[in-house]
Amino acid sequence: MRRRKAEETIFKSLMIASIAVVVGTLLTIVIMITLKGLPALNLAMITQTPKGGYYLGKEGGILNAIVGSLYLAVGATVLAFLISLPIALFLQRDYIGKTRFASVVKLSMDILWGIPSIVYGAFGFIIMLYLGVRASLLGGIIALTLLEIPIMTRAMDEVVRTVSPDLKAASFTLGATRLQTSVNVVVRQVLPGIMTAVLLAFGRGIGDAASILFTAGYTDRIPTSPLDPVASLPLAVFFQLGTPFPEVQQRAYASALILLLIILLISVLTRLLSKRFTRHTIR
Amino acid sequence: MNESRIRIRNLSVLYEGQTALKDVSLAIPDRQITAIIGPSGCGKTTLLRSINRLVDLTDDVKVSGEVWVDGQNILDTRADVISVRKQIGLISQKPSPLPMSIYDNVAYGPRIHGVRDRKALNKIVQDSLQTVSLWSEVKDRLHASASKLSVGQQQRLCLARSLAVKPDVLLCDEPTSALDPASSQNIEKKLIELKDSYTIIIVTHILRQARRLADYVVFLYLGQLVEHGPAKAIFESPQEARTKAYISGEIS
Repeated sequence: MRRRKAEETIFKSLMIASIAVVVGTLLTIVIMITLKGLPALNLAMITQTPKGGYYLGKEGGILNAIVGSLYLAVGATVLAFLISLPIALFLQRDYIGKTRFASVVKLSMDILWGIPSIVYGAFGFIIMLYLGVRASLLGGIIALTLLEIPIMTRAMDEVVRTVSPDLKAASFTLGATRLQTSVNVVVRQVLPGIMTAVLLAFGRGIGDAASILFTAGYTDRIPTSPLDPVASLPLAVFFQLGTPFPEVQQRAYASALILLLIILLISVLTRLLSKRFTRHTIR
Repeated sequence: MNESRIRIRNLSVLYEGQTALKDVSLAIPDRQITAIIGPSGCGKTTLLRSINRLVDLTDDVKVSGEVWVDGQNILDTRADVISVRKQIGLISQKPSPLPMSIYDNVAYGPRIHGVRDRKALNKIVQDSLQTVSLWSEVKDRLHASASKLSVGQQQRLCLARSLAVKPDVLLCDEPTSALDPASSQNIEKKLIELKDSYTIIIVTHILRQARRLADYVVFLYLGQLVEHGPAKAIFESPQEARTKAYISGEIS
């Protein structure tokens, strides 16, 4: 009896330790970025584009990167959503279910998930060269979309699979087609999970530097057309950290802090929104 | 009997190679309550779910034979399953409200079949809810979630939802097994009221319920059709030894 109790205690401590590692890492990152970045954070940072000599420590801000990152990540997330939701719904047992084709699709998604983002960047770059498109917002969005699709699809697939067959049967017995059932019942029932999938992909997309390094380019201006090059927060962090000036490096941390705040803000907003839409969910 | 709208011929169903139903042939009388009885695992639900091809939703299932509904063999791959299912409502064991409001639950069926007119929908919703005596309980909160209703109310909502698409047949899979006695009685009363206009098939493992409701009885045992006939005959003078044993409570 005492041995079993000791086991319980040991495993409970292990779980708490694991959680401490995760939460501790997050806290440390947030504290470090805040400490290093907060002194450099001011209104100009988020309202101005870089002026001449910004990277030497002179006037200006990173509005170009903030707007650029939002354009890139929102564009890619919307595109990825339009592609991922149909895939996830199609993977239901009512469509291809447990067939060999379904496992091929899932395996492909898992492999794509594991591919380093720099490879997506290089791949996108080659295609752009072939098409004669230069580094641009459009190129960046395409590379990020490719990066986000496997994440979003797999996360959606997991939640779509939790819908009970009885719930779907209720819709089928009323004469609904598979499409009507998927859109009206399945999606409604797992909307919070779908939101989470979208958020996961968005977070990955807005934070990724390597895939847009070649494809989106970098510029001090805010793009006015999808074919203009575009700046981004991860690359802004990267370039500013790469300068030899401590005050510019400090701005890199401030940029990282802004990136973190954007992700936080969007997560909270999405969760609030999804609460409004999920009051009918069957538990 | 040959004029029955639902006729089953040599129906066999296998789940993962295991026989669930073996060579069942049967005609279901129109506009009566037919009770399918038998011990658990004897294939009652499988038989019921074959009539609207809901067995299709199970993994690794093999169905052979014929199920004729209104002159159409619905097991034929060319059969229009969607319109067959529209004619056949199903009430499941556990009520399964859809993740939407009470109103939308009832309006769901008519909407997917193309009813868009607001007034027409309102009327269908009100009529269906009145038929199941739920209207007075929910008329002030039609836009609240269906999941907020009690289980008994949910089951009546599911009945109303089925009626809203104007089916001819109602399949009931142990519709009262998750309900309290008062709600069960409520559902039973509704089924008796509805039998003049619908062909009702009910699966039940409660013999007394079958006695109360059934006009016609089908007794299944281990996937085989043992005996079927008018309720009176089956309950009072069963011909088969196994039917006798089941009805007298020797096997269950």
